[in-house]
Amino acid sequence: MLSDAILRWLHVLAGIMWIGLLYFFNFVNAAAVKEATAAGEAAPISKYVMPRALLFFRWGAVVTWIFGAALLGSMTAANGMNGFAAAFALQSNMAPIGIGAWLGTIMLVNVWTFIWRNQKKILGFVPATDEEKAKARRVAFLASRVNTMLSIPMLFFMVTGPHQSIYH
Amino acid sequence: MKNPLDSLWWTILLGVVLTGVLYYLAQMLVAQSAAT
Repeated sequence: MLSDAILRWLHVLAGIMWIGLLYFFNFVNAAAVKEATAAGEAAPISKYVMPRALLFFRWGAVVTWIFGAALLGSMTAANGMNGFAAAFALQSNMAPIGIGAWLGTIMLVNVWTFIWRNQKKILGFVPATDEEKAKARRVAFLASRVNTMLSIPMLFFMVTGPHQSIYH
Repeated sequence: MKNPLDSLWWTILLGVVLTGVLYYLAQMLVAQSAAT
């Protein structure tokens, strides 16, 4: 159906925005900030790059989840259940994509709680002492690394969900 | 002990291992659904 294809397309577009920025943070920015901090030149990254990157990152995560949920909801599982319910209940042929959906949901929660809440302290959007900022930096870093790790199986189940033959 | 997530390569390796474990779980869930 055309509506399913459009939902899938929008889900993937937003997902590329989200996971692309996640990989930018982990594969490029973390090392760049470390070097720039040692050279006393990290301020422009914090001031000009991170707020914009985090804006598209956190809202990309929300949009990805919404279109993914809508796509699942438009499906019917082999056992007759609604696709969204079957996926999150890990039922029938929706179990593999359900694992991906659970991983994506955990990652979304991680973005809005551990990453964004701590980044607001690091970037000075909310007041924090130097000690609180140091702690926030560590928590945000590890949460981002957890999401990078989870993105690997999440993407596997996202792309293999429609290919049931590999699960038999 | 250093956290393995401090290393990008360990992060990727853990992700790949987790993929294998969850793939096995997915196979079991699909087989279980087919049997009932």
